[in-house]
Amino acid sequence: MIVANRKPLEEIEGMIKGYGKVILAGCNECVTVCSVGGEKEVGILASELKLSRKKDGKDIEIKEVVLERQCDQEYIEQLRSFVDEYEAIVSMACGAGVQFIAEKYRGKPVFPAVDTSFLGVTEEQGVWVERCQGCGSCVLDRTGGICPIARCSKSLLNGPCGGSTDGKCEVDKEVDCGWQLIIDRLKELGQMDRYEEVEPVKDWSTSRDGGLRRRVREDLRL
Amino acid sequence: MDYPASIKVVRVPCTGKVDVLHILKAFESGVDGVYVAGCLEGECHFLTGNLRAKKRVLYAKGLLEEVGLRGERVEMYNLSAAEGARFAQIAREMTDRIRELGPSPIRTKGGRELREEAVAEAEGGEEKKEAAGEKKAAGSKQ
Repeated sequence: MIVANRKPLEEIEGMIKGYGKVILAGCNECVTVCSVGGEKEVGILASELKLSRKKDGKDIEIKEVVLERQCDQEYIEQLRSFVDEYEAIVSMACGAGVQFIAEKYRGKPVFPAVDTSFLGVTEEQGVWVERCQGCGSCVLDRTGGICPIARCSKSLLNGPCGGSTDGKCEVDKEVDCGWQLIIDRLKELGQMDRYEEVEPVKDWSTSRDGGLRRRVREDLRL
Repeated sequence: MDYPASIKVVRVPCTGKVDVLHILKAFESGVDGVYVAGCLEGECHFLTGNLRAKKRVLYAKGLLEEVGLRGERVEMYNLSAAEGARFAQIAREMTDRIRELGPSPIRTKGGRELREEAVAEAEGGEEKKEAAGEKKAAGSKQ
C-alpha cells in the first residue's frame, strides 16, 4: 500500500488560514489501511481543526467525506454536488488523490493533509515499513524476493558494501542490511549461485529518471 | 463517598471502548477535562482493554497539546471497582488539576490564557468535567 504521514496540525492550519468552509476528504484505500487518512483520521483532524479555531474564538465549517478512492474519477465526482458550497478542499489521500482532485475541480484550492511517504507493508499493527520504490523494472526474481533498491540504503545491485556490520546497515543500526537479507534468503533457497552473477547497470529510465510514467492498455480503453 | 459534582460519568463496557475521537468530541462540546478510569493493569476482564485505553489517552494528550488545549486536560487512571475512596480521591485530584489549568478556551471562546482569570471563573463553580469510566468504576460510586 501507499504509506503516508499526517502533516502537523500547524502546517495544515497554515494552508487553510482564511477559509471558513472546507471539505475534508479522506480516502478508503491505502491511507485508511495505514491509519492516516480514513474515516477515523478525517474525524480526528476535523475535530482538531474545530477545537483549534474555537480556542481562538473563530469558527470553521467542515464537511467530512471519505471517498472510496481518490485516484478514480467516478469517486472524485461524488464531491461535485456540494463542492461549490465550500471554499477549499483538504485531502487526506496520497499525493495522487490530492492532484486528481485539483485537476477535476480547477477553481477550488486543494491542500494535502498528509505527506505521502512510501510503498510498504504492515509489519505489525501500527508499524509500516517500506518494501518497494516502484523502479519500474523488478529484480526480485534474482535477489531472493528481497528488493535491493528499497532495502539497501544505497540501492546497490551488487552488494553488500563495506558498511554492512553484523547484518546491520551503517546508515542506522536498527536497519537490516538489505544485501545480508538477500544472501540469507538465497542460502535458504539453495540459490547462492545467483549471488555469483553480476547484475548489470540498471536502466533507470523506467524509474523517475524517465519522467512521468504512464501505462496504457488499449483493449480496456473506451 | 464524596466527589465533585462537576464530574459527569460516561459509562463504557470497558475502557478499551474509549476512542481518541470520543475524547476530542467531549472537548468540542466544551468540557474542561476528561479522565478515563480503567481497571488495574493486568486485571482487565477483556485482557488488554485498559492498556489500549492508556495508549489512546497518551495519543489524545499529544493531539490536545498540538491544538493548544494542554495535554494535562486528559488523563488515565487505574483502580479497582472496590476502591470507592480512591475513585473519589482521583475525582478530586483531577478537579484540582483542571481548576489550576482553568476553563477550556473552547468554552470561553476567547482563548483566555491568564491563569488568574481562569481560576476566578472556575471558582465561580462553572467548570464541568467529564469522566469516561468503566462500568464497574462508575458503579462503585453509586
